[in-house]
Order: sequence, then C-alpha cells, then structure tokens
Amino acid sequence: MIKIVGVSRTFQTRKGSVEALRNVDLDIGDGEFVAVIGRSGCGKSTLLRLVAGLISPTAGEVLIGGTPVGKPRRDVSMMFQQPALLPWRSVLDNVLLPIEMFGWRRSRHAERARHLLDMVGLTDFQSRLPHELSGGMQQRVALCRALIQQPRVLLMDEPFSALDALTREELAGELQRIHTDLKATTIFVTHSIQEAVLLADRVVVLSARPGRIRKIIDVAIPRPRSFSRSTHLAEVSSIVADLHELLLDIEDNRDALAAAPGRAPAGLRS
Amino acid sequence: MSVSSDTRSISVIRARFSAAGLPTLGAASALLAWWTATTVFNVSSFFLPSPADIMTAFRKQPEYLLRESWVTMTETLIGFGIAAASGLLIAMVLTASSVIQRATLPLLVALNSIPKVAIAPLLVVWMGFGQGPKITLVLLICFFPVVVSTMSGLTSTPADFGELARSLSASWWRVYFKVRLPWALPQIFVGLKVAISLAVIGAVVAEISNPDRGLGSVIVLSGQSFDTPLAFTALVLLALMSVMLFYVICAVERLLLPWARAISA
Ligand SMILES: Nc1ncnc2c1ncn2[C@@H]1O[C@H](COP(=O)(O)OP(=O)(O)OP(=O)(O)O)[C@@H](O)[C@H]1O
Ligand SMILES: [Mg+2]
Repeated sequence: MIKIVGVSRTFQTRKGSVEALRNVDLDIGDGEFVAVIGRSGCGKSTLLRLVAGLISPTAGEVLIGGTPVGKPRRDVSMMFQQPALLPWRSVLDNVLLPIEMFGWRRSRHAERARHLLDMVGLTDFQSRLPHELSGGMQQRVALCRALIQQPRVLLMDEPFSALDALTREELAGELQRIHTDLKATTIFVTHSIQEAVLLADRVVVLSARPGRIRKIIDVAIPRPRSFSRSTHLAEVSSIVADLHELLLDIEDNRDALAAAPGRAPAGLRS
Repeated sequence: MSVSSDTRSISVIRARFSAAGLPTLGAASALLAWWTATTVFNVSSFFLPSPADIMTAFRKQPEYLLRESWVTMTETLIGFGIAAASGLLIAMVLTASSVIQRATLPLLVALNSIPKVAIAPLLVVWMGFGQGPKITLVLLICFFPVVVSTMSGLTSTPADFGELARSLSASWWRVYFKVRLPWALPQIFVGLKVAISLAVIGAVVAEISNPDRGLGSVIVLSGQSFDTPLAFTALVLLALMSVMLFYVICAVERLLLPWARAISA
C-alpha cells in the first residue's frame, strides 16, 4: 500500500542545512498498522509529512497504491498532536469539515459522521462547540474528522501525547477497535512504547539525526490486545524491553548494554 | 441538595449583579458625588450645573434636543456603516496577497497617523454645509481601526489550521471563507468597537467646526449664550449615545460569536 523508497529529506535553514531523514526504505501492506518510534527530533513528523504529500523528499520516492505522492490526496488523512478543531463549528460540523473542503455533498455524509461520533461515544455532544469538550473528547472528534472521508491511509502524529495517561489508554483502546473495524493502513507516530506495542503490527525504530531506520520489530501478539491483562505477558515484555534498549541505546554504549542482558528496563509495566 | 441549589442561585445572582448591577452602582455613586459636590460647595450652575439642573434643561426643550441627537446619531451610523463595510472589503483585498499587503501597509499606517480632527475645517471648504462633511469625517476616523484589526485577524490564522487545510488540499477560497474569515471575526469586532467610539467623537468634532445641526452645534451655540446647563445636557446625551452604540456592538458580538470569549479566556 505504502512504499517508501530510499527517501531522504534535508531542510535548508538560515543556519545551514538540517538532514532530517536519510535513505529510509519501508514497505507497508494494505491494512497494516505501523508505529514509528524514536527520540525527539529524529524526523518522525517529517516522515509523516512526506507520506501525506505536505512536503517532498530531497531524494527517493513515496508511493501510495502504486502512484507517487506529489501533493495531499483525498484517500490519505492526517491527525495531529493538537485536535485543531475550528472553535466556531459544532462537533458534527467539525467532523464534516473535510467533506465541505472537498466540495462533496454534506447530506450524503452526515449519517456517517453521526455513526463515527457514536463509535467514540460522542453522540450526545454533536451539537456542542469544541470548547465545551475535554481534551480527550476533542481528540476523539479529530479522529472522527480524519475518518469521515473513508481514507485508505491514516497518518497520526503523536495524536494522544497531549492527553493524560488514563485518557491515552482509553483512546488507544478505541483506536484499536476502530482499526479492526475500518482497516485503514495506518502510520502512527508515538513516544510511548506501550502504545506502540498495543497497537502496531510492526514498530519502526528511527535513530537520531539524521533519521534512519534503526530496526523494525514485529509485534506478533493476537488482537484484541490490552494494556492491563495480557495473556501474552512474556512476548509483550520482551518486545517492550527490546524497544527500550533500542531507544535508550546511544550508538557507542551498545556494548555496555549488551554486557548487562538481565537488566529490566525502567518504567516497564505489564 | 437545597444547600447546593442555594449556592448556585447565589452565584447566579452574583454574576447578574456584576454584569448589570456593578455598572449601575458605579454610575449612581458618581452621579451622587457630582450632585453632593455641586450642592455642598454651592457651585453656580453657570460654572458646573448639578444633575438636577441638567434634567431641568432637558425638560425645557426635549424635542429640540432629541431631534439634534438624532441628527448626530444618523451621521455617526452612516459614517460608521460605510467605514465598516469599506474597511472590511479593503482589508480583505489587502490580505489576499502578501505582496499587496507589504506594498500598502506602510502607506496605511502613514495615513492613519494624520490627525483626522485637523481635517474637519478642510472638509467644510471642500464639501460645504450639511451632513456630508460630517459623515465624511466619521468615515475617515472609523476606517483605519476596522482595516487594521481586520487585517491582523485575517493574517493570524493558527498554523495548526493552515496545516489541516493543506492536508485536505482545500481550495484557496474555501479556506478563506471557512477558516480564515471566521477566525478573524473576533478581531474584526475589536476594530468595530474602537470605531464606534471614535465615530461619535468624529461626528461631534465635525459639527463643532461647522455648527448647523446636531449635538455638537448645540454645544457651540449654548456656549455662545452662556447656557452651561444646556451644553452639559448635550454632553450627557452624547455620552449616553456612545455607551448605547458600544453595547449594541458588544451584544451583537456575543450573539454571533459565543465561542470567541471561551477561547480567548
Ligand atoms: N520545516 C522545517 N525547517 C527546518 N528544519 C526542520 C523543519 N521541519 C523539521 N526540521 C528539522 O528536522 C528534524 C526532524 O524534525 P521532526 O519534526 O520530523 O522531528 P520529530 O521526530 O517529529 O520530533 P518530535 O518527536 O519532537 O515531534 C529536526 O531537527 C527539525 O529541526
Ligand atoms: Mg513531531
């Protein structure tokens, strides 16, 4: 579905050039859920914006469904860290914004908008204004807005990172359910190992500056998965430990980490 | 239960009081202080008339005063209306492209720094008597605040919305009318509120420099006949008019933009 072939991206700034991504290759299958994880500034957002067609690569190519991405496409939708809801539009109207922007008929999609709001438990809030909603509810509305156009590809840039821990878990659970239902090919950028392991089929670990693919880890745990009671405790904790090591690992102290294999990663919850 | 509903009704009463009660209380105590000062120190009404003197002056010729108020009011409203419409339109044209904006903004700022009040006598030379020059002065005074605030509203669309619109590959005009313009509305209202306060001043200044009709000319004429209470009556009517027009705009804003206060707080 998504093919990223030898993609590099360098930004020109006043203080010289910044190499954000170098030679990234990635193949994502139809309906697959890929999490991208990496340190701050390693080029995760850049990768997502390249796939969205918001910026173009300095080298290489991104293909979606076989065609090169030049500009934003209607079958690709994006969700950001901030909900970015228009404050003067009701919840329902916000969800229908892409429809209006495309010049499609509102009436033909209103039913679907209500259905999506229903899926995230916001049926009773559809005529409210965004400021009357909590942060978690606003991000749910943004999710519905990203889904209204029935995208084949869903790009999510740390969508839950501005929320509190409990709300994050709740939303991650909902996203898992929605992905099982709708099967959109998803790239999900996150800082949270937990989220990545809960949601993804594969986790792509990027190394810092310039961003390169460090490792791709398969998460072969059957769905539905859950944060709290996992029947696959051993797998979960081994993947979490792997990811933790990869992320903490600064290139040269690899050996130091390898010398202490029994060390349990800090902050592990399983 | 009853305790919580009690505290709720108390807080509602408190909110109502601070919305309407406090301003009334403030005005009433100022009035009382004024009245006490004029009676206690026995100030002559020629020097500073008391509130009672002003009521008397108004009762003597209410029709005349209201008619002149209406003249000033129509000049204010027509000038303000034209300024608001043309200011909005011009700001929209200027912000359509950053090239036009950069080319014209310094000129606008320069024009705005001309003290418009100084143009009033010139307007008489150019346009003669009647309401024409007065409306023109109101227009000139109101125009810039509307243009400047509309421009700043139209150019302050949050980056989040820009990115969202681009990811939807929305056409320029759809983004303009569905995102940029609605976002600018609270700013536009800031401009309108400044403009309406200036509009009344503009009308009066124009009337004073060319006194034929309106409350400005009432002030000039009463000054010439040493009728201080009448001059004060005209001032009070002007103040009432200003306050009323200002609050009408505030009310329209609240009605149209219930979200604006919530996100700015
Ligand atoms: N438009 C731009 N102009 C110049 N440099 C940029 C631009 N966008 C990103 N960069 C640079 O590219 C690098 C990667 O940025 P990016 O936003 O992709 O990181 P990220 O992994 O998303 O970080 P975070 O986790 O903090 O969101 C950074 O060094 C950043 O400074
Ligand atoms: Mg980022």
